[in-house]
Amino acid sequence: MGISRRIALKALVAGGTTSAAVALGGSTAEGATVAVAAPDAVGLLYDTTLCIGCKACVVACAEANNLKPDTAWSDGKWQAPLDLNAHTKNIIKLYDDGTARSFVKHQCMHCIDPACANACMLGSLKKREFGIVSWDPTLCVGCRYCQMACPFNIPKFEWENAVTPKIVKCELCRHRLAEGKQPACSEVCPRHAVIFGNRTELLEEAHRRLEANPGRYVPHVYGETEAGGTQVLYLSHVPFDKIGLPDYGPTAVPVQQRTLQHGIYEGFAAPLALYGVLAAVLVRNRTHAADGVEEPK
Amino acid sequence: MNRALPSFPRTWSRSGASFNHHVSRRDFVRVCTMAAAAVGLSGSAAAQIAEAAAKGLKPSVIWLHFQECTGCTESLLRTSAPGLAELVLDLVSLDYHETLFAAAGHQAEAALKSAMAQHKGKYICVVEGAIPVKDGGVYCQIGGRTALDIIDDVAGSAGAIIALGSCASWGGVASADPNPTGATGAPTVLKGKTVVTIPGCPANPYNFLGVALQYATFGTLPKLDALGRPEFAYGRTIHEHCPRRAHFDAGRFAEQFGDDGHRQGYCLYKLGCKGPQTHANCSVAHFCEVVDAWPIGIGSPCFGCTEQAIGFRVPAFQTVEIQRPTPPDTYPPIKADQGHISSIATGLAGVIGGALIGGGYVASKTLGTAPDDEGDTPSEV
Amino acid sequence: MSPHAHAIAPDAAPLGGPLITKPMLPIGVLAAVGLAAIAYRFLFGLGAATALNDGYPWGLWIAFDVVTGTALACGGYAMAILVYIMNRGQYHRLVRPALLTSAFGYTMAGASVFLDVGRYWALWKVPVYFWHWNLNSVLLEVALCIMAYMVVVWIELAPAFLERGTTARSASLRAFSTRALPLVNKSLLWIIALGMLLPTMHQSSLGSLMLLAGPRLNALWRTPLLPLLFLVSCVSMGYAAVVLEGALSSTVLKRVPERRMLAGLGGAMVPVLVLYLALRMADIVWRGQLSALFAFDVYSVMSLIELTLFALAAVMLASRRRRADLGHLFRAAIILIAAGALYRFDTFLVAFTPGAHWFYFPSVGEILVTTGLVALEILGYIVLIKLFPIFAGQSRSTALGAA
Repeated sequence: MGISRRIALKALVAGGTTSAAVALGGSTAEGATVAVAAPDAVGLLYDTTLCIGCKACVVACAEANNLKPDTAWSDGKWQAPLDLNAHTKNIIKLYDDGTARSFVKHQCMHCIDPACANACMLGSLKKREFGIVSWDPTLCVGCRYCQMACPFNIPKFEWENAVTPKIVKCELCRHRLAEGKQPACSEVCPRHAVIFGNRTELLEEAHRRLEANPGRYVPHVYGETEAGGTQVLYLSHVPFDKIGLPDYGPTAVPVQQRTLQHGIYEGFAAPLALYGVLAAVLVRNRTHAADGVEEPK
Repeated sequence: MNRALPSFPRTWSRSGASFNHHVSRRDFVRVCTMAAAAVGLSGSAAAQIAEAAAKGLKPSVIWLHFQECTGCTESLLRTSAPGLAELVLDLVSLDYHETLFAAAGHQAEAALKSAMAQHKGKYICVVEGAIPVKDGGVYCQIGGRTALDIIDDVAGSAGAIIALGSCASWGGVASADPNPTGATGAPTVLKGKTVVTIPGCPANPYNFLGVALQYATFGTLPKLDALGRPEFAYGRTIHEHCPRRAHFDAGRFAEQFGDDGHRQGYCLYKLGCKGPQTHANCSVAHFCEVVDAWPIGIGSPCFGCTEQAIGFRVPAFQTVEIQRPTPPDTYPPIKADQGHISSIATGLAGVIGGALIGGGYVASKTLGTAPDDEGDTPSEV
Repeated sequence: MSPHAHAIAPDAAPLGGPLITKPMLPIGVLAAVGLAAIAYRFLFGLGAATALNDGYPWGLWIAFDVVTGTALACGGYAMAILVYIMNRGQYHRLVRPALLTSAFGYTMAGASVFLDVGRYWALWKVPVYFWHWNLNSVLLEVALCIMAYMVVVWIELAPAFLERGTTARSASLRAFSTRALPLVNKSLLWIIALGMLLPTMHQSSLGSLMLLAGPRLNALWRTPLLPLLFLVSCVSMGYAAVVLEGALSSTVLKRVPERRMLAGLGGAMVPVLVLYLALRMADIVWRGQLSALFAFDVYSVMSLIELTLFALAAVMLASRRRRADLGHLFRAAIILIAAGALYRFDTFLVAFTPGAHWFYFPSVGEILVTTGLVALEILGYIVLIKLFPIFAGQSRSTALGAA
């Protein structure tokens, strides 16, 4: 049953790109394997030591994605979201405890084995070309299970939209990539604090920086293994948990639930067997009753 | 006239209060460079402008005055220390100008007719002031002709039409409610014709100079927006290139005239500055060639004189929406508190919970005391 | 007891009486207020009607209406196990009322899902777009099973409606009912089997749902045993709901309560509760969370309250003599329902930790919708038991309950 399920899943993945199929197919059948990034997976590398907090990326992202600037908290004066939300796919936050200070850029991490895509009933959120996790409005019912699932609290919901609320998150400017351009944030960054590229190459660059500058960074590339690995990587000069990047282990978030669910329902064998047993007992009881056999007590 | 401003380079002619007809070649070229720069033409264009002017190839300018205060002409005359006014008049051939002409009456009218005939299709028609259209346009008549007739006539055979100032561009102060004369801007009256509009009250003279000189030298007009405004001057709102923008981004505002913030030169947004919705370049090209001689520079909020929807319409101290908000210079924390808990809901939940528990307990008591139905034999499972 | 037998000798009859009575009026007011709140949700959106936010996207409507509500609606499921699988035929007259409670409970849960999702007009795609089904999604399985079960439970009730139809005034309705009833009864066995398979699947999967929150689910609740714990507790809650419904309806409708049967159900709950407690404690100890259980922070205190309530219910129901006291039985049932509800609220809302900077408590709108839906449920229940043969007759001999 496992092999045919894998084939079925590949057929389900519309577009049939390698990234999505490898990420899903590799882990669902066995359940426990850690997914590996596809060779063409792209991502971002963000370096807190280079970021000056200019927020050009925030402005560029809103413009490139046709998002109205979020001025709710500033009485209309500034584009000043407090957090990612339905109008903000990218945000710069500040960590300052008096001694250590760091800007941090937050957006979707484009996990290699995303919990949100695992959650989505009809596959509206799905890992598509280049491993980008994006949302399809034609398949979403607004159940918000993706929001419950994401370990980084990324997908945001349009709460104020009464009829057609969307799930909003960074999609690495897929529409720009299609035109041969890079994401708006990495294009506009004046110090290349955030750069775009192939994940493998970005990882190499991140490690090169770590080796070349001992003492400048926390000696770890965040996203290399966290939550099964993400396509957005971070280098930081302050501990990662201080800048809102929790200390997650290397197991992808959906693995436990997926293993359990597939363990129980693999091939739908258990439910069919249970139905058979139940029906058999009912038939037996009916036969006994028809034979006039009195049930005990 | 003899202001000593240490920061302003003393490169103009050294004369005193009177007009000085002697202008050095250096000064002449410098003016051409400024004018070329104002309109965004390259440095080589300046040389071309100077050359064309020196050759005497001066374009003819017919300047019409209608419902106006002559402020735009005055503004143009204040483009430098003494002498430059003359210079400007030497760069173009001013063939009709009611304020500056020595002639009057029939003599002036004749000059207008002959200029129109001589330079037909080539002259620049400059319009200053609004055109009243109510009651057949009787509210502005010059030499027995209504403004409507004059402008139709003169603009009809012009090579280029420039509406100088807000009045000519869209009606200006003359069109303020209730607009009893039906004051209208030139583009509306001259429907279908390309009219370069240079709104402002007064208009910035270098905006005019740049357009006029580009046309005079190259026969072309700069890129115009949908309202006919040259984009080099009106492409941005004041808010987008205001020297006090850093104060706005940092949340430093003058709250009242004369308070500490006002004295410190903080942002005037809360005092009703219309900068966020006013397209103009006053913030980068000041008036009277004196640094900071522009409204915000002297501590007065912009009142939106270039915009028809704002100038003379929106009350002076009423704040306006920011059209393209950008981030401030503050940052959200890593974890900002979000979501709220309604005390009414909490109370309601408590009441319901209490009612269920209390009601359940009371109900259970009545059950316990109801008569048995089949005796005390305990049931078997 | 076979379903066939129950169909042949139904001692059930409509209760009759005026459809609208005075006690129903305050419930009607609650229902009307709830409908107004529902209209508000559709007109102004979830942001305006609820206190849900990006940190807590699931709130009262999921945790109570769907998850707890369906568990309470497991009466039909629990009774089917007892009567049709374990052959305890003497309880059969409790089956139809339990099924009716289940039917309304699941319909209310379905209505709550319709209200809670943002793009409700697209919900039809979930069962129809099978080529888009993400077989990794536990929520898909829950949704499909609940949708299917909603249909199945009303079909299980069909005999009651058709029986009434055979004595209808309209001749065509009589004819239709007379022809359809035996057909339905013949296939009832297969439907009932389905009606036991489906809740087994989705009640357990409702527990699995929260496993996907992974590191954001507090360790005291984050266990692969979640599906089993949810399943076991829902069976006990099903029996408790039947006890509650049986005792309440007899009081309100001035009928004699089925004391012996309800006491019997109380007895049935005990092994289920013991199983639940054993599993839960073993799980906590096995995963090294015993110290967390006694850390006396919010998570520890809520877990301890849960366990105490379950244990208290078990103790209260252990004694056969005390079970015979209907008031005592009723209190035990309430405590058990509170325990099961608290376990679900905790799993979905308390154990879920998006971060200390996120706050959620149901809004007035959410509370009014929930109470309104429950009120509608109660009103619907009352109307249907008056119109259709759901409740058994009140003669002594039938109360003794032999097949």
